[in-house]
Formats: sequence, structure tokens, C-alpha cells
Amino acid sequence: MDYFFELFLGGLTRGSIYALIALGYTMVYGIIELINFAHGEIYMIGAFTALIVSSVLAFAGMSGPSVLFLAASVAIIYSAAYGFTVEKIAYKPLRQAPRLSPLISAIGMSIFLQNYVMLAQTSDFLPFPSLLPELPFLESYGLKIGSSEFIILVTTAVSMVLLMLLIKFTKMGKAMRATAQDRNMAMLVGVDVNRTISYTFIIGSILAAIGGVLIASHIGRINFYIGFIAGIKAFTAAVLGGIGSIPGAVLGAFILGWTESFATGYVSSDYEDVFAFVLLVLILIIRPSGLLGRSTVQKV
Amino acid sequence: MNAFAQIRQSLIIALWFMFITFPVLVVRVNTIEKVVEWRWLNMIYVGIGSFLISFVWRYFLERKAQGGKEDTHPAPATATEKPFMQRLMAEPRLYRPFLIVLSLFGLAFPFLPFASTYQINIVTNALLYIMLGLGLNIVVGLAGLLHLGYVAFYAVGAYSYALLYYHFGIGFWVALPIGALFAAIFGIILGFPVLRLRGDYLAIVTLGFAEITRLVLENWNGFSFGPSGIAGIPRPGLFGMEMDLHQGTIYIYFLMIALCLFTIFVVNRLQNSRIGRAWVALREDEVACEAMGVDPTTAKLTAFALGSTWAGLAGVVFAAKTTFVNPASFTFLESAMILSIVVLGGMGSIVGVIIGAFILILLPEYLRAFSEYRMLLFGMIMVVMMIFRPQGIIVGIRQIYEFKKVAAKEGNRQ
Repeated sequence: MDYFFELFLGGLTRGSIYALIALGYTMVYGIIELINFAHGEIYMIGAFTALIVSSVLAFAGMSGPSVLFLAASVAIIYSAAYGFTVEKIAYKPLRQAPRLSPLISAIGMSIFLQNYVMLAQTSDFLPFPSLLPELPFLESYGLKIGSSEFIILVTTAVSMVLLMLLIKFTKMGKAMRATAQDRNMAMLVGVDVNRTISYTFIIGSILAAIGGVLIASHIGRINFYIGFIAGIKAFTAAVLGGIGSIPGAVLGAFILGWTESFATGYVSSDYEDVFAFVLLVLILIIRPSGLLGRSTVQKV
Repeated sequence: MNAFAQIRQSLIIALWFMFITFPVLVVRVNTIEKVVEWRWLNMIYVGIGSFLISFVWRYFLERKAQGGKEDTHPAPATATEKPFMQRLMAEPRLYRPFLIVLSLFGLAFPFLPFASTYQINIVTNALLYIMLGLGLNIVVGLAGLLHLGYVAFYAVGAYSYALLYYHFGIGFWVALPIGALFAAIFGIILGFPVLRLRGDYLAIVTLGFAEITRLVLENWNGFSFGPSGIAGIPRPGLFGMEMDLHQGTIYIYFLMIALCLFTIFVVNRLQNSRIGRAWVALREDEVACEAMGVDPTTAKLTAFALGSTWAGLAGVVFAAKTTFVNPASFTFLESAMILSIVVLGGMGSIVGVIIGAFILILLPEYLRAFSEYRMLLFGMIMVVMMIFRPQGIIVGIRQIYEFKKVAAKEGNRQ
């Protein structure tokens, strides 16, 4: 039972990270119907920025939670800036183009960003400092949960509640929902669509950056390629839950996290990534609209 | 916009790019020696570069916007006027001498004084990519199905030959059709489940499929010998003749030329066939295509199967050429490279794909300093081409049926 609980917890932690990234995919898809291939790269850039900032601060003799706070804030700012810029360069000129064009452009952007980081930094794995503080009070409760896992779960939960509130109750959230429903109609009632799309990219990128910092300090090493696999998995999560649906993305992420965790625990750890892809292929074949997604009726 | 406002905007853009590239491009930390390397020069390059590029970018965006307006109100004269390259290709008097010179050069190339084994190898490599590009062109360019897992079929071809030789000692010429057949079967197996999917989902599923293939090859040691791969695959033979390395390279070069010509011939015939026209119809509008009596299931499956066949053929040649296969040769980047060849050259255009392959494979080889930046460049090309010239360098020729008498009216409607 202990082993089961360990795997369950591992799956929950994985799932939280996937959820943070998957939200970015699902929000962007909901609003402009584009698979933002470069989203995984935004997450990777967030992790790299955090690594660079925390290392510079550590060499300067700083330590403790202030490093975490500064590194995470800078990572969030830069990820948001990259998300915003990528949209302006690669997607905005293609709003009216056929569907294949922005998709190819997004793949191009993803390859570009990967190689940009690889050439500017390194292609090796870099050790990531463990920024997350140890929480001694967890032991006294007798919980079998590591402090970094605990922090990941809490941070994810808080981010998601904040996102929900933002989308439900703010003017920006309302504009986002309106644009997702019907872009032209939203424009007619006075929503600045371009700005709303930019906001969507920025919010998605912020969530990805949070995920990047958390997972990098949990696992302890990063390289330029982490964004690709994480991106595909988060996308799987988003599709599993029904792309475009925010609760769906979270649900899908947890299901994916548990699937991977239990499959590697009970079946074989060699095929860790295969399970995610098999799950993705299966969902798309059996239920392309996802668990919570609405199936779209094709009109002629 | 006046000049002052333009300069101001470019300055803002330059500052923005200097800001966002700062941590990644300027700072580099060495975590072992605990030193920070500050590369301020890079910041200056980025500033100047983005300042200049922003002008070019804006100029082209404006031109594109104006071009778009002209397209919606075509003057009657433009209907008969074709772009230069299309006119060149439509006129035998113009392209024949060009073709003759080209084929003479192709035949003489391995015997020219500067053609070392290395040079011939590079060109053979480019020819291999032409084949892959033309194969992918069937799926992406003609049928409009964005396929991101093309490399999986390339791997199927390569591994078929490697394993068939390893277990049964089967030679190149027998393995060639078998590899192609296996790849085609794999294509159909993949094709069936994804038939219902739309463009972007299809892209992800094909990508996932390719990754599954690669991971299985990497991990299933008993079947594929894992990451270390299979070595000692024989080069193709020619009636038992003994050939040294240089002669063997030349032989593979001619083999590739022959296979490329065969590919071009088949793809060209396919394009104008019933099934080719069905693909183009499918690409343009699936519903309308179905309403006109084209079965989308058959059309999609044949596109997958035929596209994969070429990948399988190329895979067998690849295994024979390098005499070694391992899963590392079949990553997503390979798929992306083939896709950028098709995108750069022009989706649906044979000449375009050939030119695209030569540019993207040969250019980085000959500009050594720049080969490090190859993938960076591929990414950039994909973005820039999609924004400014989605039809590629060379626009695919479309069959146009004209009624001479009502040509003026038809021209207005297009």
C-alpha cells in the first residue's frame, strides 16, 4: 500500500506540473484555435531564466527564500515577455491564414527557440539548484510527502484558483471568454481582441514559468530539450480533458500523471514516454473531443 | 508612417529584444567553477540586428497587405499572366536546354576533378532528402495532411533492411521493395485510426506515433539492439562486382539519381491522375470533395501509404549508404527538416521540393561556420515562409481548365 501511495503522490505531482503547462495550451486553443507548439519552449525558457538568476545571486552570496522569490519572479516576467513576443511575431500575421500555416509557423518557432537556447547556453544538462525550502512541519504530521512535492501541489492549487477567479470575475476574463466564443462578435461589442489574445498568451506563459521553476528544482537538472517532451505531454493532457476546456485540462493532466506514474511503477520504466503517447493516440481515436470537451459540429 | 515614427518604433523593438534576450544570450553561468560570463557584445548585436530587421519586416508586411488587396480585385489581364518560374516550366523551348545541361552535369559530377568521396556523399545525401521531400509532399503538399511523423517510416525502411540482412542475410535489392512495402503497411496502419482527425490533431498524433516508434526502437533491445543500433550493413552490390569505397560512393550516387528520377516520374504522374486530383480536392475542402463523389477515406489512406513508401525506399538506401542504423538518426528534428524542405520549396510543387532540398542540405554543408545554426535557420525559415510566402519558393502548378470564350467572366470570379 505504501508503494501505491508513493506512486499516487508521484502521479499527483507530475499531474500538477502538466496541468500548469496544459492550461496554457488549452487557453490559447480556446481563443484562437491554434496548437501553440512553442508553449513547451516558453516553459523551458522560464526554467533557464530561473537557473541563471538563481546562480548569479548564489555566486553573489545570497541564499534562502529571497533567491527563490527573485528567480521565480524574473522567470515569470521573461516567460510572459517571450509568450507575448512569439504571438506577435509568429501568429498575429497569420490570423486570417489557412489553419496549416500558423501550425507550421508554431513548429518553426519551437525549433527556433530550442536552438536559440542551445546555442546561447549549452546543450548539456545543467544542475538546477534546489530552490524550494525544506518544510520541517510536514514530518511531524507523519505524512510521507516530500516538501518539494508539497510545495508543488500547493502552488498549483493556488495558481488554479487564482486563474479561475481571474477568468470568472475580472473584466479581462470576461473579454477572454467572449473572444473564445466568437471573435468577431466580441470585436463588435467593443472587446479589444488583439489585447485579449496577448493577455491569454501572457497568462499561459506565466503558468508555464511557474511549472518550469517548480519542476526544475524538483528534478534538479534542465537542458534545452525539456520543453519539447513536457509540451507534448501537457498537450496530451489538454486533449484528454477536451481542448479549450480549463477544468478539462486539469483533469486530463492528473489522469496523465497517474497513468504515467502507475505504468512506470507497475509495468516498466523503460517506456515512460511511450505511455503518454499511446494514451494520446487512443483518446484522439476514441473520443477526439476529450472527456469534458464539447464535440464541434461541422457546418457547411 | 513617416520616417521619424518608423525609427522610433524600430528603436522600441530593438530595446525590447535586447531586454528579452538578456538572460539567455548575455549571461552564461558556469555552475562548476562558479563564475558568471557576461557577453555584452551579444546584446549590441541583438540591438542592431533587430533594429534593422524590424524595418525589413515592416516593409514586407506592408507589401503583403497591399498584395492581398490586389488579389481580391484581379485585373482581367493577370488571369493569363503567370509568374516567371511557372512560365519557364510551361514552355519546353525554355526549360529543355536547362534540363539537358543539368542532367549532363549530374552524370559528369562524380568524375569531375573536385568531386572527392566526401563531396559525392554530400550530394547523395541531398538526393536522399529530395526523395524524402517528394514523398512527404504527397501527404502534406497534395493531400494537405500535416504529417509530423514522417521519419518513422524512414526508420521502418532502414530497420527493415538492417534486420532482414542481420537475420536472413537478405541483400539490398531484395530489401528495397520489402522495406518500401513494410513502410506502406505501417502507413496504412497509422492512417486508419487518424482518418477522422482534423489538421492539428493529425499533426500531433503523427508526431506521437513517430516518437513511439523511436522509443520502441531505443528500448526493445531484443528486437532492434537498442540505442547502439545495427552495424555492418552491406552496401548495395552490382552483379557481385568488387568496389572500393570511392567507387561504392559513386555507385550509390547514381543509384540515388535513378531513384530520384523514378520518384519524380511517379509523383508527376500521380499529381495529374485521378487520385492526385482527389488529394488536391481533399486538401482544399473535405466536405465539398466528399459531395463531389471522392471517397476521403481511400484518398487519405492512399496518400499515407504512397508517402510512406518513398520514406521506406529512402530508409533502405540510407541504411545501405551509412552501413549503420540506430534510433538517434530518426528524431523529430529529422521530420522537421524534411517538412521545412517541403515548406520552403513550395507545398505541392516538385521543382520546389528539389530546390528546397538542395538549399537546405547543401548550403549548411558548404558554409561550415553556419552549420551549427542549421536548425535555428530551419525554424526561422518555417516562420518567415508561412508569414510572407506560404506557397513556397515555387508555386505548384494547378490544372486550369479554361473556356476560351467566357475567360473574362471566369477571371473575375477567381
